[in-house]
Amino acid sequence: MSKPLKQIHLAAHFPGVNNTTVWSDPKAGSHIEFSSFVHFAQTAERAKFDFLFLAEGLRLREQNGKIYDLDVVGRPDTFTVLAALAAVTEHLGLTGTINSTFNEPYEVARQFASLDHLSGGRSAWNVVTSWDAFTGENFRRGGFLPQEERYSRAKEFLATANELFDSWHGDEILADPATGVFLKDAKAGSFVHSGQHFDIHGQFNVPRSPQGRPVIFQAGDSEEGREFAASSADAIFSRHATLEGGQAFYTDVKNRLAKYGRRHDELLILPAASFILADTDEEAGELAKEVRRQQVSGATALKHLEFVWNRDLSSYDPEGPLPDIDPDVSADHISKGRAQVRMYRDPLATAREWRELAAANNWSIRDLVIETGNRQNFIGSPATVAGTINEYVQADASDGFILVPHITPSGLDDFADKVVPLLQEQGVFRTDYEGPTLRHHLGLALPHSRLRSSGGTPMDDLRGEERVAS
Amino acid sequence: MSSTPAFPLHLAVALEGTGWHPASWREPVARPRELFTAGYWADLVAEAERGLLDFVTFEDGLGLQSSHYGELDGRTDQVRGRLDAVLTASRVAPLTRHIGLVPTVIATHTEPFHISKAIATLDYVSTGRAGLRVQISARPHEADHFGRRTFPPINLDELRTPAGQERLTDLFDEAADYVEVVRRLWDSWEDDAEIRDVATGRFVDRDKLHYIDFEGRFFSVKGPSITPRPPQGQPLVTALAHQTIPYRLVARQADVGYVTPHDAEQARAIVAEIRAEQVTAGRTGELPHVFGDLVVFLDDDQAAAEDRRARLDALAGEPYTSDARIFTGTPAQLADVLQELAAAGLSGFRLRPAVAGHDLPAITRGLVPELQRRGAFRTAYEADTLRGLLGLPRPANRYAAAAIA
Repeated sequence: MSKPLKQIHLAAHFPGVNNTTVWSDPKAGSHIEFSSFVHFAQTAERAKFDFLFLAEGLRLREQNGKIYDLDVVGRPDTFTVLAALAAVTEHLGLTGTINSTFNEPYEVARQFASLDHLSGGRSAWNVVTSWDAFTGENFRRGGFLPQEERYSRAKEFLATANELFDSWHGDEILADPATGVFLKDAKAGSFVHSGQHFDIHGQFNVPRSPQGRPVIFQAGDSEEGREFAASSADAIFSRHATLEGGQAFYTDVKNRLAKYGRRHDELLILPAASFILADTDEEAGELAKEVRRQQVSGATALKHLEFVWNRDLSSYDPEGPLPDIDPDVSADHISKGRAQVRMYRDPLATAREWRELAAANNWSIRDLVIETGNRQNFIGSPATVAGTINEYVQADASDGFILVPHITPSGLDDFADKVVPLLQEQGVFRTDYEGPTLRHHLGLALPHSRLRSSGGTPMDDLRGEERVAS
Repeated sequence: MSSTPAFPLHLAVALEGTGWHPASWREPVARPRELFTAGYWADLVAEAERGLLDFVTFEDGLGLQSSHYGELDGRTDQVRGRLDAVLTASRVAPLTRHIGLVPTVIATHTEPFHISKAIATLDYVSTGRAGLRVQISARPHEADHFGRRTFPPINLDELRTPAGQERLTDLFDEAADYVEVVRRLWDSWEDDAEIRDVATGRFVDRDKLHYIDFEGRFFSVKGPSITPRPPQGQPLVTALAHQTIPYRLVARQADVGYVTPHDAEQARAIVAEIRAEQVTAGRTGELPHVFGDLVVFLDDDQAAAEDRRARLDALAGEPYTSDARIFTGTPAQLADVLQELAAAGLSGFRLRPAVAGHDLPAITRGLVPELQRRGAFRTAYEADTLRGLLGLPRPANRYAAAAIA
């Protein structure tokens, strides 16, 4: 018997604050005005996507001691935009990236519980950590965390937030005017948490929300990140969108679930993926090249080379050869507020390798940055892109994709209009939403409240619905 | 026609659960089971907008509601639990077009950087209708929710002792610094910082982005904000004040202060004190609004309002008391009271409906037409932004001004 076809999960990443987003295109609109978010979210909902995804950054990036001015700069507040989007969408999940370093569990828990109430059960939290004192300068708590404490704080932060979400069981509010009893239990929301990072107690003040807890995303790729995801997350926002890389990651992470007593389908793997669509594969290939050149201007190419060289390279010609001086490997990095620079663990080796590549291919600095940078993941006609996405998902390279368009806010339109119908025809993507909450869309069970109280109530019935989708 | 001189009044409504009376949730109009849904709040704000009100405020708190100031009361016969006010306001913003949205934020335990961008974003999603109401928390049980500070036990009487006043002074000084940071961050992007200059590849003109470099007794914040300057430039800053220490916060930092005079004479004295504090703070050029807060029980005849209040008090088991004056009567009587207080120097009022489902419509459908007949309230929204409704200009950016000078 052949394996039944997996259903694909699709999500839309609002174009980010980096050079994937092409702001110089005449079609590019505001990334701040609410109308852009409305267009983007309503397009995703029209296409029956699972959710919208917002990234976060808490300090404007700097390079060479100056604010980085070549990419889109600035973004609105994540929670506030998601709450407003709940008013202009009905089904779309609303995923926010929220930092566990520069927040406190009580506050974040009440924001997510509130968002979940205000959206009728559509909230999700991508839990991230920060490491740098640079970002900490914007916060009263300040903030340098040694690498080894980042995940321990994040884990304890999430565990504490879960204790807060679970501190209400869903049956406390009677609001019976006849008897005058509003609350069944005066101790509703009680919690005590005493740990390495947080020592808090009291009563949480937001009653249990429709999903119980927001859907939890994790994005880190390190060993600790993968374990954290396997133990505590509902979904991974991964960076492995190739077939082989995706399969390796998928197998690795799914195999970690058993030791936490979890099933394979209790953690979804959703890589970020960019795409280029055109009428034919050939046209798409040309367009992809053009977009890469838009994404990597000469000025941007020099700045990206500086991530590796860790030196001011502004005197170099981006259309000329690579610098013959070596990278500066001193501790302090000229680029601040950017995770990307830490990918180059051995800058001297990278520089050597890049010089060789450039020499062999006769590449300029800009050519090199374009060629070694990320290509778009899916390039082709709608049929090609739909086919490839389906192939990857059926081959367990992922459970779906978080699509990252390069144009704000219209970058999703063609995908919604041309690719989604093909996936629907193939029977691998929903033609309509089947339930009200994000957990329904993702096929995730509602979490039990650990401290669940007795007594049948409507909320208990809802929670009892174990597997809410196929 | 009334011969009373027409002081055009500003009107706001303070939204709190099912209303300000603790037994309000037991009224047939109250919808207590819907308190944690967006629809409940959307309906209330739509009603307020139907009445052309300037804005609504949303109460908030970092702990369960309590009938005691300094500790939880363990009661189960009153509304307990609430949704985050900023998010509630934002959820309602796309469903409304004119009314201002002013959520409460608690300065004591939260990050000014987060709140600054949250209110800036509320201003974007509402296209210029955002504000905040800043509040402090001296409550030890709320400090325990954060675990970063320990506050000693407190009650309202102790707050009036010299030691209590010293604590309050610290908390309000911290709140003033907090608002200063929030305001500087709003200005940390000049309006035309985003240039999208394709020729040079520059998205922003970084000379128009500013570090705020705030360093104070309680915290320091570097800046700039991650969110560009909001549509109003400076969203509305408001605060409730009952005595000199918070009056000083209003005088130093607010666009609107809510005060609680019980008669015209007190109103006159409070306004004078706030104006004097303004002079001390060197803020003479601006004239913050001073709004009177009143709890209202409104019915078509006074006896009905009094009966309703008595019935609610009986349900609650005790007479309702408040920091604010409690008005019980008809819309016309309330209009008389408001006009008398306005003549004493108040420019508007924040009314606290005793029962939201009853007294809010009584305000919008009873009081508002009465004030309109007297020429004392707008008959249509005359501006697109909250500052505009309140007659406040869009302020110049402090950093742009500094660059010119």
